[in-house]
Amino acid sequence: MSFPWANEYKPQHPVMQWVDERLPLPRFVYNAIGGGYPVPRNLNYWWNFGVLSGVALMIQIITGIILAMHYYASVDGAFNSVEHIMRDVNGGWFLRYAHMNGASFFFIVVYIHIFRGLFYGSYKAPREMVWLLGVVIFLLMMATGFMGYVLPWGQMSFWGAQVITGFFSAIPVVGEPLRQWLLGGFAPDQAALNRFFSLHYLLPFVILGAIILHVWALHIPGSSNPTGVAVKSESDTVPFHPYYTAKDGFGLGLFLIAFVLVTFFSPNLLGHPDNYIPANPMSTPAHIVPEWYYWPFYAILRAFTVDFAIPFTGIVIIPAKLMGVLAMFGAILLLFFLPWLDTSPVRSGHYRPLFRKFFWYGLIPCIVILGYCGVMPAEEPYVMLSQLAAAYYFAHFLIILPIVSRIEKAAPLPNSITEAVTGKPLETAAA
Amino acid sequence: MATVEQAESMTETVAEDGVRRRDFIHIAAVSWAGVGAAAVALPLLNQMGASADVRALASIEVDVAAIEPGQAIKTSWRKQPVFIRNLTPAEVVDANKVAIGSLRDPQTLAERTKPGKENWLVTMGVCTHLGCVPLGAAAGEVKGEFGGYFCPCHGSHYDTAGRIRKGPAPLNLQVPEFAFISDTVVKIG
Amino acid sequence: MVRLIAGLVGLFFSGMLLISFVTGAYTAVTEPVAPTVESQFHKHPKKVSFKHDGPFGAYDKAQLQRGLKVYAEVCAACHSLNQVAFRNFEDLGYSEDEVKAIAKGWKTEVPSINPETGEPATRPGLPSDKVPSPFANETAARAANNNALPPDLSLMTKARHNGTAYVYSLLTGYQAVPANLPKESRPGTGLHYNPYFANLNLAMASPLTSDDQVTYDDGTKATKDQMAKDVAAFLTWTAEPKMEARKTAGWASLIFLIIFTALTYLSYRTIWADKKH
Repeated sequence: MSFPWANEYKPQHPVMQWVDERLPLPRFVYNAIGGGYPVPRNLNYWWNFGVLSGVALMIQIITGIILAMHYYASVDGAFNSVEHIMRDVNGGWFLRYAHMNGASFFFIVVYIHIFRGLFYGSYKAPREMVWLLGVVIFLLMMATGFMGYVLPWGQMSFWGAQVITGFFSAIPVVGEPLRQWLLGGFAPDQAALNRFFSLHYLLPFVILGAIILHVWALHIPGSSNPTGVAVKSESDTVPFHPYYTAKDGFGLGLFLIAFVLVTFFSPNLLGHPDNYIPANPMSTPAHIVPEWYYWPFYAILRAFTVDFAIPFTGIVIIPAKLMGVLAMFGAILLLFFLPWLDTSPVRSGHYRPLFRKFFWYGLIPCIVILGYCGVMPAEEPYVMLSQLAAAYYFAHFLIILPIVSRIEKAAPLPNSITEAVTGKPLETAAA
Repeated sequence: MATVEQAESMTETVAEDGVRRRDFIHIAAVSWAGVGAAAVALPLLNQMGASADVRALASIEVDVAAIEPGQAIKTSWRKQPVFIRNLTPAEVVDANKVAIGSLRDPQTLAERTKPGKENWLVTMGVCTHLGCVPLGAAAGEVKGEFGGYFCPCHGSHYDTAGRIRKGPAPLNLQVPEFAFISDTVVKIG
Repeated sequence: MVRLIAGLVGLFFSGMLLISFVTGAYTAVTEPVAPTVESQFHKHPKKVSFKHDGPFGAYDKAQLQRGLKVYAEVCAACHSLNQVAFRNFEDLGYSEDEVKAIAKGWKTEVPSINPETGEPATRPGLPSDKVPSPFANETAARAANNNALPPDLSLMTKARHNGTAYVYSLLTGYQAVPANLPKESRPGTGLHYNPYFANLNLAMASPLTSDDQVTYDDGTKATKDQMAKDVAAFLTWTAEPKMEARKTAGWASLIFLIIFTALTYLSYRTIWADKKH
């Protein structure tokens, strides 16, 4: 661990000492999430969402493994096997609803976790690797969520698979063969369903591995904090346990209350009714929408309506469809470059007056508008609205942030975390 | 959050009367979480039990009118074979001849059949040794040394009352719960 | 270099989006899209309340039994109920023997094979059977219904927005074609006008034609409105048979979690009492 004042693991019980000498797993856990990990003392509630994301993943893995005991990945049987779980398996309705809504809650807490990082500059040096791994986890989650939504083989499952794999057909030359390779056929069918099931079972464990790397990378510099000022002395930190285990326990309670309210009292609130209709390759639903966590990206996809062409010649360089697909993936991939786009040495948005304005009055409304347009039909005024919002989205990250970080005059930073918390300079407070 | 004064005064109360109250709250919180974990574990384990559609198949009705004396049929109950055998008078006599004391699992034929219907032997087709299906129900199959059933896996011989007579099986072929709901219809389960 | 390339990419995407926006705005101004007929005439489901509404709501079993009767005598002629087994009717308050009788007396028999010849045959239903479909397969269903497939009703109330009210509204929503409905949206042969249906015209003729079409065992007057309400409640149950267990478990979990949260909050405040943060 990085800080010299971190507590050292001292086994209380001889058995633990025996284990620790042979396999220092207790020491490892102690240093990772126990008393051996010094954490800034000023973390606010937004810092609860990292642990909550881990909890949400565990809920998904446990309920998912159980659902897989009863589900069959067959185009004839999948829909009925889900209904079998809902009706006949002991407590099956609970497991299925928990998994279904658990996915939504996983995305809710991860989105909050991401936006906390965006506001407080958690992606900046020396935590770039934490951020990069986080983006990888986010991409894996999107893939896992998509494939999971296909498994019940309802109308939205089927047409979602059709549309999402249709993205790939936008790629010139190799697009269509690539799509057929992904699906194992010309349209979503048994081959696609089976491989989606296999990958949907695999990917959460890949996510788990990526999370371990994410947390490992975090422990090299230690956690960031709302001031963005680096930890300087022992009085800036508290041991993770019991201080943050207790706070995370409280946060967990609030999270579970929200989860229970939706899962037990309005379990279909976040889903789409069409997925209770068995897949029918002969008839498309009137209005295909993905799950809510993809809405902003779906809006970006549909926002491109004009081909990139040489005017008056009719020569199309990039067709609108391909541009939509590129932009949709680009909207996530640009996050990989964020640590090098925002060059301001000040991390926290608290001390960045201009950045803060663009964050609250630009980025957040833009995401909300994109999400809203993503669920609405592709009609005016929603398309026009999404075009403006998407234009801002790209401008925000690729143009505004680099310029802002160059011209902005930051507010004065506190000298230390201790000073920010107690209002007293470091020396006196530490004494 | 709290002001300096509040924080300091709280520190003092804890120091004076605190330790017990402090510990109690943490122990209560952790124990309560443990109760919750146990409550959640219950459905997670219970889901592996037989589901409602499987339990609904727990009874079947079989028409036995077509089974001649000396013949047997195999039917399926709870996804396991059941033998229904119409014993010939000679087989009934054979079964009743055996000295009960000499049996590994002492039972009379009357105990294994319904009163007035002693010729109807209804047993599970599952060897009590390791669960193979014994031979002897279908026409032409080996019936073993005692004219009942013979399990080819490890050589258990059952007599005409489905009782174990020779070989490794510890118990007689199990008689499922059954009843005649009419002269020719047997309800199993 | 990263920032230079990023800026160019950003300019490209944002620029293309703004061009798309201007093109779209120009089109919107010069060729305004007329509101569709559906958006003018389609109606949202009526407001209707049931005993099973709300976080404490439980099914009205007498109503579900009446709804089953409407389904069995009216809907079941065309619509299947694939996900529901006869044994599930015990949830409606029927005894085991009553369920057996319902299964045995069901109008459609269960497909089976003749044990002697192996020919396709039918046999009376058993409690463990799923409710048999009125048609052998989709082709037969289409052939009997002028090529319109009557959908399975097991999950209907979950497969439509505000499904229970939707079923009720659809069943009570047949009406005369409005005079101002454009010609191309008027119901063609074999179609019937109903503003609660997404396309305004549906193949199913009003199934509830007169009061007392069904005779209720409990003496309730079988008005068309009552029958529609009862069958909507019944189809809510077929789609969500575990609703009562779900709500009970929800309350238990909620009470547990409120205590858990209070305890962890106290624990958290106690631990942090000596640390200003």
